[in-house]
Amino acid sequence: MKHTLSVLVENEFGVLSRVASLFSARGFNIESLCVAETLDPSLSLMTIVTRGDEMIMEQITKQLNKLINVIKVTDLSARKFVDRELVLIKMKATKTNRAEILRISDIFRGKVVDVSHKTLTIEVTGDEGKIAAMIELLKPLGIKEVARTGKIAMLRGAQ
Amino acid sequence: MKLTGSQILIESLKKEGVEVIFGYPGGAVLNIYDEIYKAKFRHILVRHEQGAVHAADGYARSSGKVGVCLVTSGPGATNTVTGLATAYMDSVPLVVFTGQVPTLLIGNDAFQEADIVGITRSCTKHNYLVKDVKDLARIIKEAFFIASSGRPGPVLVDLPKNVLLDSTNFEYPENVEIRGYHPTYKGHSFQIKRALDLIYKSKRPVAYVGGGVILSDAAKELREFITTLGIPVTMTLMGLGAFPIRHPLSLGMLGMHGTFRANMAISECDLVIAIGARFDDRVTGKVDEFAPNAKIIHVDIDPTSISKNIQVDIPIVGDCKQVLKGFLKEIRANEEETEKVQGRIKPWLEQIEKWKKKHALAYDQEDVIKPQYVVEKLGELTKGEAIVATEVGQNQMWAAQFYEFNEPRTFLTSGGLGTMGYGLPAAIGAQVANPDKIVIDIAGDGSIQMNIQELATAVQYRLPVKIIILNNAYLGMVRQWQELFFDRRYSYTCMENIAPDFVKLAEAYGAAGFRVEKVKDVVPTLEKALAYDGPAMVDVIVEKFEGVYPMVPAGASLKQMLLV
Repeated sequence: MKHTLSVLVENEFGVLSRVASLFSARGFNIESLCVAETLDPSLSLMTIVTRGDEMIMEQITKQLNKLINVIKVTDLSARKFVDRELVLIKMKATKTNRAEILRISDIFRGKVVDVSHKTLTIEVTGDEGKIAAMIELLKPLGIKEVARTGKIAMLRGAQ
Repeated sequence: MKLTGSQILIESLKKEGVEVIFGYPGGAVLNIYDEIYKAKFRHILVRHEQGAVHAADGYARSSGKVGVCLVTSGPGATNTVTGLATAYMDSVPLVVFTGQVPTLLIGNDAFQEADIVGITRSCTKHNYLVKDVKDLARIIKEAFFIASSGRPGPVLVDLPKNVLLDSTNFEYPENVEIRGYHPTYKGHSFQIKRALDLIYKSKRPVAYVGGGVILSDAAKELREFITTLGIPVTMTLMGLGAFPIRHPLSLGMLGMHGTFRANMAISECDLVIAIGARFDDRVTGKVDEFAPNAKIIHVDIDPTSISKNIQVDIPIVGDCKQVLKGFLKEIRANEEETEKVQGRIKPWLEQIEKWKKKHALAYDQEDVIKPQYVVEKLGELTKGEAIVATEVGQNQMWAAQFYEFNEPRTFLTSGGLGTMGYGLPAAIGAQVANPDKIVIDIAGDGSIQMNIQELATAVQYRLPVKIIILNNAYLGMVRQWQELFFDRRYSYTCMENIAPDFVKLAEAYGAAGFRVEKVKDVVPTLEKALAYDGPAMVDVIVEKFEGVYPMVPAGASLKQMLLV
């Protein structure tokens, strides 16, 4: 099962590599990883999407907590949370499909951020379902390139 | 007062109460060596950096103190990797200082540069690259704290040359504040009560005890716990010494080369009380058939050890000593239940006694010297009071089976990583920590050659370690596997006629050398070597094809023991 982990770490060099090598050394998979400074510049927040059964997730959480530079690990999947990803999609644009691309982009509240004779680049944000649906619809029209930020996430409400 | 980085290092070591550094000089650490010279700080010069780490490891395991190493950058640093991995697997507290090229050159493929922080990330508990001399004292303080607290382990501190030359005001921090590091020491009292409920209900309990008991100095509490409840106890390789092996409640070692009764008991029990052990594959055998009908209580300071290999019913995260104290408090308040459980497990103890009589550890001493005989005689001659280090392989298993350890911190062996070449340098470190004790390295003719150069260290510092080589002219443990599982195709395991003359070798280094080829000479020669005032090496020519038994083939269930 897919899990989204929120991991608060010291904002120091080498921490990302410690976290990454923990996953690789134990054969755990990282589907996406997003990391940036928090309001407190001495801390960074990582959002890690990974997969595993209950036993593997228990090990991943414990192993992360064992790293000296890791301050807090929260498995968001156990609770209600919002998640967002930003995606840039470069489309092969032709006379015939240009209007259709723009229509689909509008439906998903996408924004055209770059345009040329042969391409259209769209920026879109959303949760996993929305991004997947949009890419699905755009695919037959000719996607040239996709760049994704990976998921960031936060618990809902006052938690 | 302003001090240079090198001076801060030496002053900080003094503040930490460090008595000795095991090390090897080189370009990047010249300034530190200059301060060592000026401060007359005690330093043991090893002959290879791997030896420095193993020696610090032997020092730490035998004394309970943190072992300290100092090596230069590049090859000096990379040579510590095996030692670090050995200490990491067995949870030994070490602080290893490595030299590094100046910060401006890092990443430039400079002379003797290695990314040692990157290389050792997965074989240290934590590591640091010091980028600013202002951070140095704090980092050293943290390094010692991390190495020795929680589940202990090695910490590496990488010191660029310019940081060692730069100056700053020196003030050694009083306290450590690391936001992400708060080990749990005290076991949860509710979990302890739940565990005790299970113990009071059990009919066939077994305590399974590992190195954690020794690391937390909990042997005394363990003895009281076991003898008060009357529960049989088996030890892992790392746990030997935690409980007297000859005690009627001791089952000896369990696992791949464990005793018949220990492996049968763990397979037939209804409750496993694991204390400071981590369900290693050499202990469990086939995981699905390990203690199949038992509930499992697991006491460990490292939460990642719990439910890693075996699903645990009652986890108790905490320091073995603290948790055992928690148990004892409850047990003392509950005499009635304690008596009941003693009565209930009587048939279980009788069953174990039957297993013990059926297949005890044994060997037949015929014409050719048996390695087990040598180990047994060593035990008798030293009254089981020596500190014994081992190499890895058959020598290690025979030492574990036949020496009979009674006290913690007397058995030094690379259990987790299985590092050949560990024994001699570890014995040297242990002798430094325990100048008045007899320290022995039980070795094989293969393993001893992996760090033989450390004989020079023993001779230089007059450390009277005794090296007993069980010389079977083979890499014996691998040969045993080839005999059993590869139709006796002894691929690259025979060392007959190609080993050095160990007697001459010892003499060349300035140590005493002895050779024994006849059974009747074993005891007199061992006596001579033990009485010799200095390092001595005894080359004992033993039966070539002797195997270590019982043996559970890798991946088989513990009940599937090969007995002869």
